[in-house]
Amino acid sequence: MNWDALFLSLKLAALVCTILLLIGLPIAYWISFSRRRWKFIIESIVALPLVLPPTVLGFYVLVATGQQSPLGRLYRSWSGHLLPFTFEGLALGSVLYSLPFAVQPMVAAFSLVDRNLLNASAILGASRMRTFFRIVFPLSITGVVTGMVLSFAHTLGEFGVVLMVGGNIPGVTETISIAIYDDVQALNYTSANHSALVLLIFSFVVLSITYSLNRKIWGLWTLRRDGTIPATSAAR
Amino acid sequence: MATLSIDIRKALLQGFMLEANFIAPPGITILFGRSGSGKTTLLNCIAGLTAPDAGRIALDSRVLFDASAKIDRPPAQRSVGFLFQDLALFPHLTAEQNVEYGLAKLPANTRRERSAAVLKEMRVGNLAKRRPAQISGGEKQRVALARSLVTDPALLLLDEPLAALDAITKSAIIEDLRAWNAAHGIPIIYVTHSLEEAFAVGEAVVVLEAGKIIARGNPMDVLDAPRQETIAQLAGFENLFDATVAAVHEERGTMVCALSGGALELEVPLTRNQPGARIRVAIRAGDIMIATSRPHEISARNVFPGTIVAMRTEGHRAIATVAADRTFEVRLTLGSRDDLRLQVGAPVWLVIKTYSCHLVGG
Repeated sequence: MNWDALFLSLKLAALVCTILLLIGLPIAYWISFSRRRWKFIIESIVALPLVLPPTVLGFYVLVATGQQSPLGRLYRSWSGHLLPFTFEGLALGSVLYSLPFAVQPMVAAFSLVDRNLLNASAILGASRMRTFFRIVFPLSITGVVTGMVLSFAHTLGEFGVVLMVGGNIPGVTETISIAIYDDVQALNYTSANHSALVLLIFSFVVLSITYSLNRKIWGLWTLRRDGTIPATSAAR
Repeated sequence: MATLSIDIRKALLQGFMLEANFIAPPGITILFGRSGSGKTTLLNCIAGLTAPDAGRIALDSRVLFDASAKIDRPPAQRSVGFLFQDLALFPHLTAEQNVEYGLAKLPANTRRERSAAVLKEMRVGNLAKRRPAQISGGEKQRVALARSLVTDPALLLLDEPLAALDAITKSAIIEDLRAWNAAHGIPIIYVTHSLEEAFAVGEAVVVLEAGKIIARGNPMDVLDAPRQETIAQLAGFENLFDATVAAVHEERGTMVCALSGGALELEVPLTRNQPGARIRVAIRAGDIMIATSRPHEISARNVFPGTIVAMRTEGHRAIATVAADRTFEVRLTLGSRDDLRLQVGAPVWLVIKTYSCHLVGG
C-alpha cells in the first residue's frame, strides 16, 4: 500500500475539484444561457476529453507547456521552472481532463431551472449575479455537487494524462493509479490489491453519498402539485 | 396615480404582427383574447422581458420603452409587478423569503415588516415559513400576488393569474386585489380568456385577436352586446346565424330578419340596415328559454317550435340542441331539465327576447 501516492492523489483531486468549481460555474452558466450561434464550438471543446484518448490530451498539454512553446517559456520566466513533470502540470492536465465531468452536470442542472423564475427574479429587481446565486445555484445544487464528485473521482482514477504530463516521480507526480500499475509491473500483487481496494471502496462510498443526497434535496424542493416526488435527478 | 400608454408593434412567431395601441388608467383593465392572440407577448413587452420592434411604452411621462429614442429599460428598472401564469414562486424559498426577494435593497428588519404586512393583507400571514410545495393552489396565488405587490410597483401585470382556481377562491382573491388597489391606484393589466373573469374583474376591457385590438370599452358593452362576430365567438355566443333584413320598424325600434337557409324569422333590435341587407345574429345559449307547450301572452317576440335532438350536461348546466328550422343551442338548469322532463325527441317551444338577439358585423 503506497500511502504517499494515495495522499498525493487525494490532494490532486481536491485541488482540481476546487479549480473546476471556480471555472466550471461560469463556463456552465455561459453554455446554459448564451444564445450565441457558435455556442456549439465551446460545448464541443469542453466535451473533447470525453472522447479523446488521455494520451492525446496529455501529449498536447506536454507540447503546449514544454520549453519549445511560448506558453511554457512564459510560465518558466514567471515561476522558474517548466510545468511538465511537476504537481502543477499534473493539476493543469487533470483540470482539462475532468472539465466535462464538472461542466456537463452543471449545464444539465442549470438548463432545468424554469426560465420564468429568472424572469421573475429580474422583474423583482435582481441583477444576473444575484439571480445566479439566489435562484439558479441553489436550484442546481445537486448538479453542481454531482459535477464536483464526478471530477474528484475521475481525477483520482485518471492514468493516461498523469503518465504523459507528470511522469512517475514518487511524492511529486506518482498518483495512486500509477502506483498500482507499478506494483503490478513489479508483480507486487498484494500492494496493488490494497491500493485498488481502497480506491474502489472510496469511489463507491462517495458516489453513494452523492446520489442519496441528491434524492433527499430534490424530494424536498420539487414536490409535484399532486404531492408525489419526481424521479430523482440522479437519473438525469 | 399614473396612466400606462402603449403603442407598439412586434412580429410574432405565429406569423402575425402584434399591434397594440391603448391606454390603461389606474384600475383594472382586462386584456381579453384566446390563447395565441398575443396577450402574453404584450405583457412581456410591457415588463421588458421582450423588446417590441417599434413603438413606445410609458407610464405617464416615465418612458419604459421607446424604439425611436433607443430607450429600453431593463425589467428591474421598470417598477412593474408581474404575476405569471405559473406563478414562478421560487421553490426553494419560503413564502416570506419569496416576498422579501424583491426588497433586497432595504434593511433586514424593514424587509421583514413589509413582507409580514403584505402577506397578512393577502390573508396568508400564517404561511410565512412554508415553501410553495407545502401550500395549496389558492394560497400560492396569494403568496405570488403578495410578492408582486410588496415592491410597490407602479404597474401590475397579471397573466391569467386565477385560471386554475375555483370560482369562490377566485372572487375572494379579486376582492382583496381590489381592496389593495383602492389604496394604491395603479394600472393593473389583467389577462384572461375567461368571460366570467372579464365580467367579474374589469372596469375596462381590451379585446385582442390575432395580434390586433378589435374592441375596447367597458366589459358589458364590449362583451355582452358584441358588434363583431369574432368577439361574439370569444364572448361565448353559441348561436350565430346568417340572416337577411326582411322588414324595418323604425317606430318600434326593431327589425325582422329572415335566417338564411330556412323560413324562420326573428325580431331583432333596430340597426342602420336596409331591408335586404345581410347581417349576422348572435344569441347566447343561456338567453333562450324552452317551453313544453306554446306560451301565450308572453312579452318575448320570438316564439317558435322545435325538437330536441341532443342533450348533454356541462357542469351544473344542461345543454339542449334544438332543431327548429335552424339548430339552436339552449342552456338551462338541471332543475328545469328534470321538471320539464326534457329529453331527446321531445317537441318544445323556443322563446327568445328581441334584445337577446345581437347583430354582429362580419
